[in-house]
Amino acid sequence: MRNIIWLLVLLLVILHQDNWLWGDTRLVFGFIPISLFYHMCISLAAGVTWYLATVFAWPDNLEWSEAGSAEAGSAKADSAKAGSAKADQASAGTAGHHDGRTDS
Amino acid sequence: MTQLTIIMIYLAMLLGLGLFSSRLFRGTSEDYLLASHSIGPFMLLMSLFGTTMTAFALVGSTGEAYKEGVGVYGMLASSSGIIHSLCFFLIGVKVWTLGRKYGYMTQIQFFRDRLESDKIGLLLFPVLVGLVIPYLLIGVLASGTVINGVTRGTFSQEMFAASQGGVPASWASFVVCAVVLVYVFFGGMRGTAWANTFQTLVFMVLGLVTFCVLATKLGGQDGFMANLRAASEAVGEDKLTRHHITKLQFFTYMLIPFSVGMFPHLFQHWLTAKSANAFKLPVVAHPIFIMIVWVPCVLVGIWATTDLASIPDKVPANAVLAFLVKTKVGPVLAGFLTAGILAAIMSSLDSQFLCLGTMFTNDIVLHYWGRERFSEKQIIVLARLFIIAIVAVTYYFSLFEHRRVFQLGVWCFSGFSALFPIVLASLYWRGLTKAGAYAGILAAICSWAVLFYQSGFAQNPRFLLFGMMPVATMFLCSTAAMVLVSFATPKPSEATLAKFF
Repeated sequence: MRNIIWLLVLLLVILHQDNWLWGDTRLVFGFIPISLFYHMCISLAAGVTWYLATVFAWPDNLEWSEAGSAEAGSAKADSAKAGSAKADQASAGTAGHHDGRTDS
Repeated sequence: MTQLTIIMIYLAMLLGLGLFSSRLFRGTSEDYLLASHSIGPFMLLMSLFGTTMTAFALVGSTGEAYKEGVGVYGMLASSSGIIHSLCFFLIGVKVWTLGRKYGYMTQIQFFRDRLESDKIGLLLFPVLVGLVIPYLLIGVLASGTVINGVTRGTFSQEMFAASQGGVPASWASFVVCAVVLVYVFFGGMRGTAWANTFQTLVFMVLGLVTFCVLATKLGGQDGFMANLRAASEAVGEDKLTRHHITKLQFFTYMLIPFSVGMFPHLFQHWLTAKSANAFKLPVVAHPIFIMIVWVPCVLVGIWATTDLASIPDKVPANAVLAFLVKTKVGPVLAGFLTAGILAAIMSSLDSQFLCLGTMFTNDIVLHYWGRERFSEKQIIVLARLFIIAIVAVTYYFSLFEHRRVFQLGVWCFSGFSALFPIVLASLYWRGLTKAGAYAGILAAICSWAVLFYQSGFAQNPRFLLFGMMPVATMFLCSTAAMVLVSFATPKPSEATLAKFF
């Protein structure tokens, strides 16, 4: 299903180019230029496509983060920021949060 | 005087909202800068939409449709509906997850970690700030111009001769800056999100009301539909088609909305979300909201080209909406519409001011001087001081004449778009290396600078390269440099890969 969603997004991009109505001067409902009407439909289709994306292609690895990361996250952030500062002062990324930073 | 009174009441209401939201402040830097990750789906939608819709959404869209015809909707609006939501979906949700997990407040914190490079911050910081400041200037200058335009004739010519009896643009810009500063200063991110929600509702509703009134005045028929038909039937063929735009230009314009993926102020807004699920509503509703705001403006823009509107040649395109409102509708609606335009402007300015304050505080001061040296209270004071400094600097720049500021805006967006491949790869490609990211960023900067020079420093608004928008070349250069160098350089450490993938 995810692949179908991404194909729909690709289709939207292709349809958006709309070479076929480039010089068309007709008015839809007597007042909307057809080119504008077509792109209004593209906007609506984008809304529908993204709705389908949120239903069928929503990332499924977020639950852990939402449920359990808040406290762990802030704890990590505190230690990370402290670690980061130390690492910066030492002019090398060797410790704490920034393990592996190799600028120097 | 009626317009000025309505504008002042509106600004006073915003101040009240900002001050009220400050009563909910919890006293921590995380609350001040990220509203303690408490923003639900509706406010997230309104914040993101309000932030991405600048003065250009109401004033510029009408002006561009007046000049170029209906093609501007496809070029700027429907493309943004697809790409902005794509960025929220692909980048926003992932960034939120990592931000909650590792406590990020800014883009640079994320890039420093992901790329195992401390100095990437020193490269990115001036680039991001340099691209945001002209974007800020657009809002500050536009607010002054709009208020001056609608208040002309309010005062005697002796008082304000240079501004034709209206509030001088520099004074108006100052007041708008001051109002935004006050509610950002006291309310922080929560105040900003509340103000954005309120302002987005204001400019959407007032935009629709103005459209209906203008259609009635221009059409001159009995019945609303008859007025719509009369106005559209009077439009010349060239404005109903896209003959002004080449197909390649139209296609490559679609790269510009990718700038949203790298806007630092949107990055910060994403982190305010209460949960990942809060993104679903913005992802779905954003294209529809763009349509609601843009379609009426584009129709008014093409109607303005007809004899029904009788716009004098001397009226510049960006002043067309203000001219129509002033000449076709009463002062009360003109005042409300001006409030709506200011709402669109300020809902972007506030996030940008706050974001630059956050970046200076976190990425420079706390990073290099050490977070442990500062208490929570001191961090908030620092952020506030930086916000005041940024507002002052932006206002100072706005005092100079910037005739090409809207063109500069497109160049800013192009610069952010050129950096988009870096953020996408850093989230989804294990093979992105530190050297690859540096190469991509440098290629983006260099290609931007060369093309900006070739365009006469934005003096040529129709500058194309091989028939394409310059952003296409920048995008290609940054992507190619990033990929090629990443393949040729050592991969990130296993620890980093495990952390991010």
